[in-house]
Amino acid sequence: MAVDIGGLTLKNPVMPASGTFGYGEEYAPFLDINRIGAVVTKGLSLKPKAGNPTPRIAETISGMLNAIGLQNVGVEDFIKFKLPFLRELTTPVIVNFFGNTLEEYGEVAARLSEIPEVAAVELNISCPNVKKGGIVFGTDPKAAHEAVSVVRRNLSKPLMVKLTPNVTDITVIARAVEEAGADSISCINTITGMAVDIKTRRPRLANRTGGLSGPAIRPVALRMVHQVVQAVKIPVIGVGGIVRPMDAIEFLIVGARAVQVGTANFVDPASMITIIEGIEQFLIEEGLKDIHQLIGSLEL
Amino acid sequence: MKNYKTIILSNQEISPGYYRMRLLTPGFSESARPGQFLMMRVQQSLPPLLRRPFGIFRTGFLPADCDGMPPKEYTEILYKVVGRGTNIMADLHRGDKVEVLGPLGRGFDVGDPGEEKILVGGGIGLVPLYMLAESLSARSKVRLLMGGRNRDDILAVTEFERLGVETYVSTDDGSLGEEGLVTQVLERKLDKFPSSSVYACGPMPMLDAVYRICHRRQVPLQVSLEALMACGVGACLGCVVKGAGHAEDNPRYLCTCKQGPVFRAEQLDWSRLGEEPGYCEGCKS
Ligand SMILES: Cc1cc2nc3c(=O)[nH]c(=O)nc-3n(C[C@H](O)[C@H](O)[C@H](O)COP(=O)(O)OP(=O)(O)OC[C@H]3O[C@@H](n4cnc5c(N)ncnc54)[C@H](O)[C@@H]3O)c2cc1C
Ligand SMILES: Cc1cc2nc3c(=O)[nH]c(=O)nc-3n(C[C@H](O)[C@H](O)[C@H](O)COP(=O)(O)O)c2cc1C
Ligand code: FES
Repeated sequence: MAVDIGGLTLKNPVMPASGTFGYGEEYAPFLDINRIGAVVTKGLSLKPKAGNPTPRIAETISGMLNAIGLQNVGVEDFIKFKLPFLRELTTPVIVNFFGNTLEEYGEVAARLSEIPEVAAVELNISCPNVKKGGIVFGTDPKAAHEAVSVVRRNLSKPLMVKLTPNVTDITVIARAVEEAGADSISCINTITGMAVDIKTRRPRLANRTGGLSGPAIRPVALRMVHQVVQAVKIPVIGVGGIVRPMDAIEFLIVGARAVQVGTANFVDPASMITIIEGIEQFLIEEGLKDIHQLIGSLEL
Repeated sequence: MKNYKTIILSNQEISPGYYRMRLLTPGFSESARPGQFLMMRVQQSLPPLLRRPFGIFRTGFLPADCDGMPPKEYTEILYKVVGRGTNIMADLHRGDKVEVLGPLGRGFDVGDPGEEKILVGGGIGLVPLYMLAESLSARSKVRLLMGGRNRDDILAVTEFERLGVETYVSTDDGSLGEEGLVTQVLERKLDKFPSSSVYACGPMPMLDAVYRICHRRQVPLQVSLEALMACGVGACLGCVVKGAGHAEDNPRYLCTCKQGPVFRAEQLDWSRLGEEPGYCEGCKS
């Protein structure tokens, strides 16, 4: 079940999606965290970030909208208060982060480089709230290239870059990111959406729009992972709507080297364990000795 | 804290639109504290996608069966049917499977045994007050002020009375107890027993009024809040409320599921809490 995702070896290909597993400790009572491939933490920024006004979440059919606004404790409090728990884990820790400016991206990367317990980082260039000159970093190939380059220069660890689906052609961004030095790509982040309370005629999120996640987005995510796998040589991590083992297997078949499980953690905190066991079972049933026989086995 | 894959022992309509569900939860009662809640997955298939939060009404033991089965430990919730999830719940029967995550959150601080306690419940907001009354009534004088729109909203009052709690009922339409708002009763009780401390749970406008009364009289108040929740464990940060000292340029959000749902009144920013938009619309209680 072991896979390599751009310089980082995981004992199995299943990890949480950033922002849906807190800093790990929130879910410690409900599953053996050391059994999952890695822990991915809530998006960090240089300074603490308060997030958006409420209501921040709304449920829709098979998906949820969120506009949390990247509330987080900031790098220094992360090191002081969250790292002690993560340090005790045997499974690798991947820290998701973002910056408000290019300089900030570089600064956070440099700070995270110094921390031995951080096995790899995941760079979020897909945050809808973070803009450079009016352009979200992740939606413009030049801005994406620039952000990844700055991080690359300041970082001595494996670098995973997380892409937004809110673009016309995701392969353009994927190639820009690869060229700028990313070791792997995770896709997708949430899809911008909206919901309205028909009685009050007000948006159901204070932010008006939010990011859609959950089973509702899986076909979109799968399509985009498929496209990105064709477009780049670096490993791709599939994210979006994975709930059951068969969902994860679909992503592996189209060529994802690993997967991240997000909203499903809220529904069933042990879902990642079920997914790991389900993939193992599937390999046995299909008579496959190595997960790499499954990865990218899509017949066209 | 645990995820219980469990079964329903009973599920009955106790008043029009209100149900009481009893779940088999071995080991739950040792850890459940008054004011805590659980997250229920109402069915295995999706949708609904997310779990629903419910206060823990009480825990207990069913006596051993005559066929030699050991006593069964159960947890009870009371819920109002409002939307998709609770509609599904209302159709569940004895023996049906559900999943509950719990007990979650921070409960009530039971405070000083010497002082008198006033519990204020609005509609389904009565739920977290029962276990509280259980643990308080052994040590303090406890009064329950229970309010609702009409008689259908008044639940489980006799159970509180059985604990030795003095109960006062008020309804907006006077169909049960006295006519008027529960906050009017609160004012009168505080005139008579000014050194009481107050515990409240109910719709936001009611809590807001209770806060203003208690604040004016310098009476200690704890409130149990509702918020939209996705995870219930502090991971998603979807359930936050504004904390005391909150400002646009100095935001202070508190996590309702982890730092609450029970807060001391002074922890919160009450300036706009009463008019918070969202789920509370057309209030469920
Ligand atoms: C800590 C806590 C304790 C609660 N205790 C009780 C209780 O003991 N009895 C009871 O009847 N109700 C209680 N509620 C409210 C209850 O969770 C909602 O009524 C229920 O989730 C509605 O689900 P639905 O699918 O029927 O409604 P829908 O309107 O279809 O729900 C849509 C979405 O909104 C969420 N939601 C809707 N209303 C609320 C609300 N008031 N609070 C939080 N989320 C909401 C749902 O979880 C769901 O994700 C509590 C809420 C919280 C936060
Ligand atoms: C509540 C919530 C918070 C999130 N926070 C972050 C974040 O901080 N950083 C990030 O890169 N992605 C964040 N995401 C996006 C997820 O990591 C993931 O890409 C998305 O939810 C799709 O996967 P899913 O359908 O399995 O949930 C968040 C998603 C949710 C639902
Ligand atoms: S419900 Fe997820 S943090 Fe409170």
